[in-house]
Amino acid sequence: MSATAVPESTSPTVRRARLRRFRFSTTWLLWIAVVLIMLFCLFPFYWLINTSLKTGADLSSANLVPPHPNLDNYSSIFHNGDFTDALRNSAVLSLTTTLIALVVGSFAAYALARLRVPMKFLLLAVILSITTFPPIAVAAPVYKLWTDIGLYDKPLSLGLILPDLTFTLPLTIYILTSFFRQIPRELEEAALVDGATYFQTFRKVVLPLAAPGLVTAGLLAFIFVWNEFLFAITLTASANARPVPAAIAFFTGSSQFEIPLGTISAASVVVTVPLIVLVLIFQKRIVAGLTAGAVKG
Amino acid sequence: MIAPSLLVILLVAAYPIGYAIWLSLHEYSLIHQGLSRWAGFRNYSSALWGVESHEFWGAFKTTFLFTAISVTLELVLGLAMALAMHQAFRGRSILRATVLVPWAILTVVTAMTWKTIFDPDLGFANTMLRALHLPGGHVVWLGQSGYALAVLVFADVWKTAPFMALLLLAGLQVIPEDVYDAAKVDGATAWQRFRRITLPLLTPAILVALIFRTLDALRIFDLPFVLTRGTNGTNTLSLEAQQTLVNNGVIGLGSALSVLTFVTVMGVSFLYIRFVGGNIRALAD
Repeated sequence: MSATAVPESTSPTVRRARLRRFRFSTTWLLWIAVVLIMLFCLFPFYWLINTSLKTGADLSSANLVPPHPNLDNYSSIFHNGDFTDALRNSAVLSLTTTLIALVVGSFAAYALARLRVPMKFLLLAVILSITTFPPIAVAAPVYKLWTDIGLYDKPLSLGLILPDLTFTLPLTIYILTSFFRQIPRELEEAALVDGATYFQTFRKVVLPLAAPGLVTAGLLAFIFVWNEFLFAITLTASANARPVPAAIAFFTGSSQFEIPLGTISAASVVVTVPLIVLVLIFQKRIVAGLTAGAVKG
Repeated sequence: MIAPSLLVILLVAAYPIGYAIWLSLHEYSLIHQGLSRWAGFRNYSSALWGVESHEFWGAFKTTFLFTAISVTLELVLGLAMALAMHQAFRGRSILRATVLVPWAILTVVTAMTWKTIFDPDLGFANTMLRALHLPGGHVVWLGQSGYALAVLVFADVWKTAPFMALLLLAGLQVIPEDVYDAAKVDGATAWQRFRRITLPLLTPAILVALIFRTLDALRIFDLPFVLTRGTNGTNTLSLEAQQTLVNNGVIGLGSALSVLTFVTVMGVSFLYIRFVGGNIRALAD
């Protein structure tokens, strides 16, 4: 972002002035771009918060700032059993699925990163390709199967754990494999020489060193499940089985006839803010995980 | 050590796909629940050239049109954002954090928010357009084909262009700085440096990001479900299959549509795996 080539004949002063003018304008361009990007990224979320603070007639106005801001919508959603059930379901579902994916996935990833496993390339390719499955191809058979065996519409979103693992487990394995490979082999060899078993080495040496990788994979798995929608609406039908995304899509508010825009917005803010906070705290890890899964491998 | 996960993966990935294919070859009675009859390829023929073909090919076309437009826009916008984020300036880390916000917002919430903003009477978009006497202030955005697809594309671009930007930023950061210094010494303009250095060196990252986003876009479900339920030319493959399955309760045909979606997406996925094959091999060695 500096000056263009300047003809030899121009005097140094003119050249310097031009250079300065050019720098000035590119700096401004950059700042305009930065402001536009930030507005673009933040405006909808601002609008959501704005709407969540409006009640009554204000909801049908497009005011950029709520004329009579109040927290009524927030207190109403926490008195709404459907919403609090959904929060509970999503919390149980996301934590359970993430935990299973991490425990099962870390064994597999360690084996793939360290041990002699036949057809390792093929295994990794299949694992990565599973993350690209269209969820509907899993939802269709599971829908039939769950209605047959009675896992359809189970409270606490219990029927969603296995289908969510279809995507979180391969993702976890792939990310953790690349993290485990970065741990120096010598540390494990030292432990093995000292008489530790493979399992002890894994638990006492590898796992603590892989903690950043576990956090990354865990966060991405958690966010995937918290956000997952297709299974959530296909495999549940009642409020005490629905996780958050499904509950928000079918929100009815306190009275059936009212358009519950304010309460939907409040609920949306409540389920989004924790995620945004997590993402901002673990920004670097998440970006590393995303690019590991998507690009670098 | 790897056996337990292989078992779980077989259970949660291979088994459902196999069962989906099995279901798609059957006809299920809606009256006597669970009663099934072998149907051979009848579900597929009705989807591909029979009574359902209009819906299937309509969804197919919409899905690909949506994918082409939104992935292209995401690339252009994502690249611009990545270039801005790559500059050295104070507050750069704030910008990098900000672009993660759309990614962190639930897709359902994204859809709800844009639906509110594009509400024809009370939405912010139309109110603004009317107040500024700009054209479009009376458009029923989600109620007309063309416009509905435009809003769908817009919402998707908003949600995923920042993600694209982060992928491309990762690619930009590995281009060594001295290549640019050398070009500057040789008198290359900013545009020339972009055109002759940045773009060629970024091409692998761009291609992977493109394929990766294409795979995501082809699977789109959440946004059209909430925005339009697939009306007004926004019905996608996943949505058509899901609605056939759940709303209409047609298990056999719904499974056939799901399998067709699966085959379509896996075709692109194969390209993706081929493309990142080098990285997978590096992990496997």
